[in-house]
Amino acid sequence: MATTEEDLTSGGATALDEVERRVAAAVEPSSYAVFVPNTDEGAQLLKPRSQTTAKGLMREVGSVLRMSEAEAALLGDLPDDPEDDQTMVINMGPQHPSTHGVLRLMLEMQGEEVLRCKPIIGYLHTGMEKTAESLTYMQGGTNVTRMDYLSPLNNELVFSMAVEQLLGISDDIPERATWIRMLMSELNRIASHLLFMATNGMDLGAVSMMIYGWREREEVLRFFQEVTGLRMNHNYIRPGGVAADLPAGWRDGVLRLLDLIPPRLDEYDILLTGQPIFRERLQGVGVITPNEALALGATGPIVRSTGVPWDLRRDIPYLHYDEMDFDVIVGSYGDAFDRYAIRLAEIRESMRIVRQILDKMPLGDYRIQDKKVTPPPRARIDESMEALIHHFKIFTEGFKVPEGEVYVGIESPRGEIGCYIASDGSPTPYRMHMRDASFTNIQCLPHMMRGGLVADAVAVISSVDPVLGGVDR
Amino acid sequence: MNDIHGCPVTDSRGQEVIHPTREQYLDVAKSLADEGYTVAVDLCGVDYLLYMNRPLPEGIVPERFEVVVQLLDIGDRKRTRLRVQVPESDPVVASLFDLHPGTEAPERETFDMFGISFDGHPDLTRILMPEDWEGHPLRKDYDIGSIPVQFKEAHA
Repeated sequence: MATTEEDLTSGGATALDEVERRVAAAVEPSSYAVFVPNTDEGAQLLKPRSQTTAKGLMREVGSVLRMSEAEAALLGDLPDDPEDDQTMVINMGPQHPSTHGVLRLMLEMQGEEVLRCKPIIGYLHTGMEKTAESLTYMQGGTNVTRMDYLSPLNNELVFSMAVEQLLGISDDIPERATWIRMLMSELNRIASHLLFMATNGMDLGAVSMMIYGWREREEVLRFFQEVTGLRMNHNYIRPGGVAADLPAGWRDGVLRLLDLIPPRLDEYDILLTGQPIFRERLQGVGVITPNEALALGATGPIVRSTGVPWDLRRDIPYLHYDEMDFDVIVGSYGDAFDRYAIRLAEIRESMRIVRQILDKMPLGDYRIQDKKVTPPPRARIDESMEALIHHFKIFTEGFKVPEGEVYVGIESPRGEIGCYIASDGSPTPYRMHMRDASFTNIQCLPHMMRGGLVADAVAVISSVDPVLGGVDR
Repeated sequence: MNDIHGCPVTDSRGQEVIHPTREQYLDVAKSLADEGYTVAVDLCGVDYLLYMNRPLPEGIVPERFEVVVQLLDIGDRKRTRLRVQVPESDPVVASLFDLHPGTEAPERETFDMFGISFDGHPDLTRILMPEDWEGHPLRKDYDIGSIPVQFKEAHA
């Protein structure tokens, strides 16, 4: 790679030399030499087969990791000669339109066939778990909401539920707050899946679908803005309840969404589901078996696409999901089309849940009236010195949470999102860890891609629906 | 107090927590997998440097690091949790990779963030931080606010 003076002067100008010459001419040689080591990716390489351990190779070719090495060796059309020069390692990403953020895949290709794949992540890592250790439980919501930025309300919900369990107030959360949480969480699922419809369409060339998906999602976000004041990163669901009651006219807003979205979904069916080209691109692509998916810890639509009916809303119910009547959608082939169809059907199921929530939404308080975690109402601050002090203390020091540790997992649009908090009795978490669904789901990529075409790689990434903000945290 | 596979069990806010030693860890995970806990949902590390006097069951010596594993039984729809003490002087623990391949990325993350090595892991490299990063950011003695600026000599 190093371009020396000799290279530049020694004739024989192939196309590659020409490129290097131009790069060298554009950048002053001395500073270029400094630039290269600083941007070097280091040792994170897709090593030659001869240098990879058997286990590592099995993982990279995407074998079921519980089979014997002899069986694994039979998988795929692996070239016998490790130095086989017919294979080529190419980088896809981190800046690639279909990597949904900054995901980088190293692919070993033979012609157009993908032999090995290794996902490289970390480009969006901002140390949010470290940040969480210096934010009070009151402020923590602003941090977690930015992790998986397409399901902010689910992130807040799982964080709040973990804090409430540590405080021992899980059973005292007012009914209305619980139902508001469910309403917002389901609408968030709809918004997230609508965006998946958009990006999935775009990745496969149905560019108009991108516009339609964003358009419908925007309608949901508009409702979020009415309720929380923000389109994304709401910090609306907080330990103890929610930040504010639903505004006047919220019911009309929800009913408008319920009227607006179903006919649009029928349009998606015409545009995508029944369309032969779209089906050809997805059916039988990126297949994963139930055993593989469970072994890899995959959750959400990925594990459901293989036929495993696992949905935390039904299987380990939280909030009032046990009172709801809805279906868990499962696929049968575990391919990209199943994952698309599951998400489309889940939008309809979520709307079914939202309708039931509308019928059941009770009147009452929207946050717990526990002086420990709830600041006094604004009006009280004007008339009571104690309320003022209380307000000041809660917003500066935060509230103390008893010692202990707890893990809470809920079903986000992408699978199980979990929050593990260890508390040492201070007003900030001693350690907060978020188990993000995309982080684990990305491990399925090598398995789904093995033996596929590079063009299918795009369909596979899209069908996993990773959100890199959540992966890297 | 009852025990599971010879390990003390505690109750944390209604959640079952098993405390195996480092030596028991892999065997306990295997036995639990045979009993139905076939999915390792999550694995993370905790650095208890500033909180060594945390409550632990009798017979468990507190160490600086802990590896916490969340296990899930899909058949019976229940969860359990393993907390393994890992000493600072020898931060090595067995890898669950052979048993639960899904712990590959979380173990790498724990290695990256805490410097805990996993014996038997196929590719223990940094996953979130740059390859040449010094230190392990989620350790409690890793200060915030003292990170050298990256790429400052890059060509402007």
